[in-house]
Amino acid sequence: MEKDLLDIKSATAADIELILNTASSFKDVLSRDIKKVPTLRGKTAVNLFFEPSTRTKTSFELAEKRLSTDVVNFVVPTSSVAKGETLYDTIKTIESYGIDFIIIRHQCSGVPHFISKISNASVINAGDGINEHPTQALLDAFTIKEQKGRIAGLKIAIVGDILHSRVAKSNIYCLKKLGAKIRLIAPHTLIPAGIEHDVAEIYHDVESGIAGMDVIMALRIQQERQSGGFFSSTDEYFKFWGLTLKRLGKASPDVIVMHPGPMNRGVEIASDAADSRHSVINSQVTNGLAVRMAVLYLLDNARPKGFQISD
Amino acid sequence: MIRRQLLDEHDIARILSRMAHEIIERNHGCEGVCIVGIHRAGVYVAKRLVDKIRLIEGVDVAVASLDISFYRDDLNRRKSHPVVRKTEMPIDINDKKIILVDDVLFTGRTIRAAMDALNDFGRPSEIQLAVLIDRGHRELPIRADYVGKNIPTSRSENIKVMLKEDADADMVLVIREGDD
Repeated sequence: MEKDLLDIKSATAADIELILNTASSFKDVLSRDIKKVPTLRGKTAVNLFFEPSTRTKTSFELAEKRLSTDVVNFVVPTSSVAKGETLYDTIKTIESYGIDFIIIRHQCSGVPHFISKISNASVINAGDGINEHPTQALLDAFTIKEQKGRIAGLKIAIVGDILHSRVAKSNIYCLKKLGAKIRLIAPHTLIPAGIEHDVAEIYHDVESGIAGMDVIMALRIQQERQSGGFFSSTDEYFKFWGLTLKRLGKASPDVIVMHPGPMNRGVEIASDAADSRHSVINSQVTNGLAVRMAVLYLLDNARPKGFQISD
Repeated sequence: MIRRQLLDEHDIARILSRMAHEIIERNHGCEGVCIVGIHRAGVYVAKRLVDKIRLIEGVDVAVASLDISFYRDDLNRRKSHPVVRKTEMPIDINDKKIILVDDVLFTGRTIRAAMDALNDFGRPSEIQLAVLIDRGHRELPIRADYVGKNIPTSRSENIKVMLKEDADADMVLVIREGDD
């Protein structure tokens, strides 16, 4: 393991397996009466979120607290960043407090990679622009493995706004490394250029795309990133691309339906699908906590020993 | 490296029988007793003690396994974090007599961590400690209630407990680094 978790693109299958196995022990901890372990007592994590996030931020914060890590939340609109401080100076200032983990979400791709170069702390990418969201992919892989017992050989479809989705990118890298067969289902306008056919099959029709799938991941239509007129309206999108219970009938009978949240009901997914017996959306949230604990635990060990506050 | 065999399969079986008798004697039977093995070899020893107790008393004592990785005090001193194994605690330990089981008692730090881990599952009425080998060199005020064999060692020596569950045969070796 490296000291940072910046992306899945550069992770090995062995690293991913180690994280998933470790997460399984942390999931057991979460089912106890006392859901906290002293493992990372005395360590400090900063949650640095430059973009709105409820569940990822909550999940990281709770994961840190369950491991007995001290937590600092850096709320960007009220911080010095709003006064014009550069990212470099913000990081250097935060680091002077003696920080072990920096959890970063930023609207620009590559920011976590930049921070990892200037900081001795373990940097965890909690979503950077349209690049990656590695912990989401790990919790999705954990959930699939928990539900299906394996990942290799499964037929997994990712449906929706692949173009703007960092979740989709991390998932494609992750599931590919673990041996799944991936299918991308989206309108022409929402498939990124340059996806090779040996990486994933591409379908432009939801009903034929879903046929025979073991796992279907719906993606959120990211209204905040839709300025280019990629489709006419959300109503039309739902009509042609929305995941409904009726459409799920084409998939494998024990198909599971996943969504990284937050859901737009009636846009990318219908309530009858989101609340059906196929849905594992709430398990994803629980598993996210266990996976993030595993990542913190494993990265803590990968930092150079004798880490001191940098000058 | 010098390897010397201290105990063989028969020695280990006799020791475990004696320890099982001692556990039953001290607790006036097995009422409320639960045996908790510490990963990994401690889990094997725990299961064998349960088998011995069944032969003697004809009852199945509750058994559980404990991984103490999350409770260690040396995470920052080790080259790598320990591989995390499954804790299986199928029973309510509140007001039970817990017999904590490990293969080798050395510094006592593992036992300290195990007691912290147990406390997060509940409040046992009592915790007793059973070890197959006590090799000395305690760093904490901890002692075992049941000892299979005391083997005084130097710090440069290592005790290796091999059990059939993940080795070819049951044996206990003392291994000394260096001078061949």
